[in-house]
Amino acid sequence: MIQLSWASIRASKSYLIPGIILLVGLIVLAGLPSFGPKYSVIFLSTIFMYIVLTTGWVMFSGPTRQISLATAVFFGIGIYIAAILGKHMPLLVMVLIGGLASSVMALLVGSLTLRLKGVYFTIFTFGLLELIKNAINWYEVTFTGTRGRFVVVVDNNTIYLYMLAITVLTVLTAFLIRRSKYGLALQSIGEQEEAAAHIGINVTLMKVSIFAISAFFMGAAGAVMATRWTYIDPFMAFNMNYSFTPVLMAIFGGVGQLGGVVSGAIIFAYLEQILITKYPFYYMLVFGIVMVVSVLFLPNGLAGVVKNWRARTTGGRYVRT
Amino acid sequence: MFVTILDVGIAGLLMGGLYALIAMGLSLQYGVARVLNIGHGEFIMLGALATWSLHTVLGINPLLSLVICAPAGFVLGYILHRTMYKRLMVTSASPGIFEGNSMLASFGLLFIIQNLAYLIWGTRYKAYSYLAVPVNLGGALFPANSLVTLGFSLLIGIVFYIFLVRTRMGKAIRAAAQDASTAGLMGVNINVVLALCFGLGVAMAACAGMLISMNYSVFPSMGMEYTVIAIIVVVLGGLGSIPGSFIGGILLGVLGSIVTYFDAGLALVAYYVIFILLLLLKPTGLMGK
Repeated sequence: MIQLSWASIRASKSYLIPGIILLVGLIVLAGLPSFGPKYSVIFLSTIFMYIVLTTGWVMFSGPTRQISLATAVFFGIGIYIAAILGKHMPLLVMVLIGGLASSVMALLVGSLTLRLKGVYFTIFTFGLLELIKNAINWYEVTFTGTRGRFVVVVDNNTIYLYMLAITVLTVLTAFLIRRSKYGLALQSIGEQEEAAAHIGINVTLMKVSIFAISAFFMGAAGAVMATRWTYIDPFMAFNMNYSFTPVLMAIFGGVGQLGGVVSGAIIFAYLEQILITKYPFYYMLVFGIVMVVSVLFLPNGLAGVVKNWRARTTGGRYVRT
Repeated sequence: MFVTILDVGIAGLLMGGLYALIAMGLSLQYGVARVLNIGHGEFIMLGALATWSLHTVLGINPLLSLVICAPAGFVLGYILHRTMYKRLMVTSASPGIFEGNSMLASFGLLFIIQNLAYLIWGTRYKAYSYLAVPVNLGGALFPANSLVTLGFSLLIGIVFYIFLVRTRMGKAIRAAAQDASTAGLMGVNINVVLALCFGLGVAMAACAGMLISMNYSVFPSMGMEYTVIAIIVVVLGGLGSIPGSFIGGILLGVLGSIVTYFDAGLALVAYYVIFILLLLLKPTGLMGK
């Protein structure tokens, strides 16, 4: 009994200091538009976007171990909602609708396809992205005679604050789900689906619901980011790179640990921002090499490397798993 | 009317032959080696650009460059499998995990090959003219180079089929496709067979690239389109079935040609609609087990 309460005190203590640092960091980030350099706001918005997409991807694909390439679908739906509805309603409502539309799409797709096993599910999501992209393109060329749309313009500080809020919500949701009974159920589905079904977990409901939840954040992020581009077309909105990049960021960071996932997203989003305009091919080349190396040699990503290193230096005493 | 049908039909066959060749390579990689190679199209692109370089810089006949490109592709694929995928096979806990991991590694390959090609060849579209003379087939005109393409695709398909059915190595490959670990227990050197299949898949991609470069302009980002088509055809024919891929390729080519006849913009949409319906209704495909 005594040991148990001691453990809980230590646990709460170990959350206290990181918690305070996080809080201070968030306050600084929220105030950034008023004192930071002008470009930092744009720079960080993109990094937030990747954190949301990557964390969203891990929310579903992490525990269930089904590789989804539908990230760009949900992100793109948000973008298109912004382009269609942006002029008619306030930003907040538009973002919510963007998220909800993506969720509805995820519910539909999920209930149809989550029975598909392994690679079948992956190639389905991949085909879905191409289908939607080409169908919208065909529709626009045939019926409206134009390709693409203009998006309502929002000032950079507002975009930044919205992205910050969505990022905090996404990471917080992922964190809470991981520590809940719901998260545990998802984890057991990933470990062994049949066994999970036998202990009374409604496998389909669990998978579809987490798919929809993760899609909400992706769609919301798409709706906000769309306003930054002023003009979008199907090939920009449903760009396959928005499906691929989060997978790499998550695997590089370490799918099993939220901290690793977020660090992976930050590192690559940062690299992309500084490299892509000057050396786009070298950036993508490094991207590919890191992907191969991570899959081959870092099964638990950066987070796994850090954990091993800590285990070695402290003799394994203070390692939280 | 008759001429139109013939026109659409032959155009479909010409496309279909190419699709069949592309899909057979992927089918070999996925069906036997269990690697869903998302980078398949990048090997096609490599073959196409290499042929372009050999033709325009060294003046080598595109059809002759096959003698260089196909073996080079085979060696590249063989080495890739012996190093990268072999390691993944050893470290992955289950076949399911290996499929996921090997697909992710192929993503990485895709980015590596594509951007190396950008660095070597640049972003410009490249084309050369070879055998671009019209041939009259029952009233409809077709360029000679696309007829040569169809002929080569059929030839490679048939030769490969005979190899699979008639040789010892072909038997080993078919055994490995059914159950790799049991085939290993029966004395098949499984590491060699799987690497061989992956290498053959890359060699076929290189051949397809050579044939494509004779008909269309080539550029480093061309690969993804062909990867997507290969995946659709492989699913259509049944994952892992070589004859299925061949028939599926021809079918998809003819179908694409028919849709293109009515509305050219709808061809890709039609492919994906078929693909998604297939996955939902009959994921085992036409010839799947």
